Amino acid sequence: MTITRRRGVLLGASALAVALAATACGSSSSGGGKSSSGSSQAASVSDADLQAALSAGGNLTVWAWEPTLKKVVADFQTKYPKVHVNLVNAGTGNDEYKALQNAVQAGKGVPDVAHIEYYALPQFELTKSVVNLDQFGAAALNGTFTPGPWNSVQADGGVYGLPMDSGPMALFYNQTVFTKFGITTPPATWDEYIADAKKIHAADPSVYITNDTGDAGFTTSMIWQAGGKPYSVSGTTVGVNFAGDAGTQKFATAWQQLIDGHDLSPVSAWSDAWYQGMAAGKIASLTIGAWMPSSLESGVKSGSGQWRVAPMPQWTAGGKVTSENGGSSLAVMKASTNQKLAYAFLKYATVDEGAQTRVDNGAFPATVKQLNSPDFLNKTDPYFGDQKINQVLAQSASEVAPGWSYLPFQVYANSIFNDTAGKAYIGGSSLADGLKAWQDASIKYGKDQGFTVK
Amino acid sequence: MTTETVRPRRPRNSTPPIRAKARRAPLKRRKSLTLTVLCTVMLVYSLLPLAWLAINATKSQQNLFNSFGLWFKGFGFFSNLGDTFSYEHHIFARWLLNTLLYVVVGAGGATLLATLAGYGLAKFDFVGKKAVFATVIGAVAVPATALAVPTFLMFSKMGLTDTPWAIIIPSLISPFGLYLMWTFSAEAVPAEIMESARMDGAGEFRTFFSVSLPLLGPGIVTVLLFNVVTTWNNYFLPLIMLKNQDWYPLTLGLSTWNDQAHTAGGDVVFNLVITGSLVTIIPLIAAFLLLQRYWQSGLSAGSVKG
Repeated sequence: MTITRRRGVLLGASALAVALAATACGSSSSGGGKSSSGSSQAASVSDADLQAALSAGGNLTVWAWEPTLKKVVADFQTKYPKVHVNLVNAGTGNDEYKALQNAVQAGKGVPDVAHIEYYALPQFELTKSVVNLDQFGAAALNGTFTPGPWNSVQADGGVYGLPMDSGPMALFYNQTVFTKFGITTPPATWDEYIADAKKIHAADPSVYITNDTGDAGFTTSMIWQAGGKPYSVSGTTVGVNFAGDAGTQKFATAWQQLIDGHDLSPVSAWSDAWYQGMAAGKIASLTIGAWMPSSLESGVKSGSGQWRVAPMPQWTAGGKVTSENGGSSLAVMKASTNQKLAYAFLKYATVDEGAQTRVDNGAFPATVKQLNSPDFLNKTDPYFGDQKINQVLAQSASEVAPGWSYLPFQVYANSIFNDTAGKAYIGGSSLADGLKAWQDASIKYGKDQGFTVK
Repeated sequence: MTTETVRPRRPRNSTPPIRAKARRAPLKRRKSLTLTVLCTVMLVYSLLPLAWLAINATKSQQNLFNSFGLWFKGFGFFSNLGDTFSYEHHIFARWLLNTLLYVVVGAGGATLLATLAGYGLAKFDFVGKKAVFATVIGAVAVPATALAVPTFLMFSKMGLTDTPWAIIIPSLISPFGLYLMWTFSAEAVPAEIMESARMDGAGEFRTFFSVSLPLLGPGIVTVLLFNVVTTWNNYFLPLIMLKNQDWYPLTLGLSTWNDQAHTAGGDVVFNLVITGSLVTIIPLIAAFLLLQRYWQSGLSAGSVKG
């Protein structure tokens, strides 16, 4: 598995390099031309045009691993019987990106629509593998989605995907375990969180407040919440600065206390040991995206009735700032021969009926309408002791700190996180030094790929 | 007949032939405590994962996490088995049939080609034989994994990706099988027999099918087993070639089920992954037990000659 992942990254890297060389040649001249042609086309593709495309029908291939899409596709085909959708699970996350890049490189077998996480979208946008949805009138959807996800699909003045789900962060905790160690109210600040972590682990060395072996997604989300902006991106000019970033240092200093005290369970997220640790009450909480409930219910069945959701702990007492963790979009591939129909499907799945279908099947919405609907907000769930968890999660969605961006080569950067910053978790260096090493390695890679690095 | 043909006359390379001989002559067996202990340790070491798999295939998803790994808790094997086959519209049965197709056509075809080519190279002289030998030996050294990506790009141009051909065609090539059949043919089919067949008026095809083929039996079964195992366990090639789940082999299918636990909202089905893995290895174990006799003799013949 590791081998295939590595290979994927290398392949992806070479594809990126090739595409970047092509981009660099014509970026300055095509920049203005692209947006003007985009807006002229925006007028030509109306809702009526999309309806016409749907009535005319055709074949669409959709690559996605999101489980609720199966139902969406079935409903879509019932409503538009002339459209045939071939839903393909081409792998989860990195596996799919690798397959997608292989297909783009080979020039054949590219799907019409692909499921791409927010952190990976800039890479496909930069290599011009996905189309600017502005030409189909996507800009008019401003306000349909919550700000976090909507920002995540924009780049260089275009819209490169429609948000499918979002992951505003919250604290998921096992109330039974917390109570057992005398913690009656969940920590509201990171200072309290660290105190609780030490309290739990001191009382029973086999129990931890959470697990962490070094996770790029979690780390960047934590820095995001702390007000950090380590990445700056403008076209092919990028900046990476962890060492001089106040938010990063705030997070690194706090988390270093947990690492030094061995207060973090040495188990990686999504592993079977992770599910086992939560089922056995050895991992007491997770600070994670709002999409977590369905995974808990399916993977940690024995925790039913024990888990609760609290707002994400804050850096300053009384603060109301959160960040996004994960979340993904649907994008139309440039190689698609039926882009209009592909966009019509995107709209159905993320804005129209599909959005509601997905929420009904346990997904966390990125749309304002679903997020604010009383049905959604007042839903109770016996797994969480009939708590109205969506109120906490929706609140978090409205408090996401603005102004965050990922690198155009974040997929690669995340893949080397454990070789650099990850060393801090096994005592090789301090977290701050580790993040500096991650910064250096990311900058070096960016330069090698032809980016201008500030 | 079989053992006569294969028994090595000058066993240079010690272990396998000597052990095989010892089994046939139990009176001469010497007892060694060290060997017994060592073999027991190795036996436990090799069987422990299998035992773990068998035990845990009887547990529900929840009990997997709440019980000791090497003992039972509840008995849900049959419900697991039922769920494995019915999950996602019986896709597991489809994967099983796909794997069988790839094994029968791919491994069967590879064995046929290796036998024909190995026999031809061993028994006939022609110009460029040394070059062919060098190519085959070189090909043995190249891991199939290294060729997967170039093959993908080529097949993609030919429009063959995402079809069963993308798995079957590369599986037909087995340099190691060819090499094994080559050395085996050289040893197992004496020139005298072929000569007398020709004297009696048999053509080359008749000689091959009626005279040589029966002598090649153990070698063919060995190569067949090698190819069956390789094709059955093939993971990386289908991973690159196939996107349509309907053409997945079992290895890739089980891996997608396992990956469901790695994503938000995915249905976590560790119990089905474990039961499915058990079902996946049973045919291989059966093939080994049934063909064990041929396997051992064929293997030792190769090792002595090599």
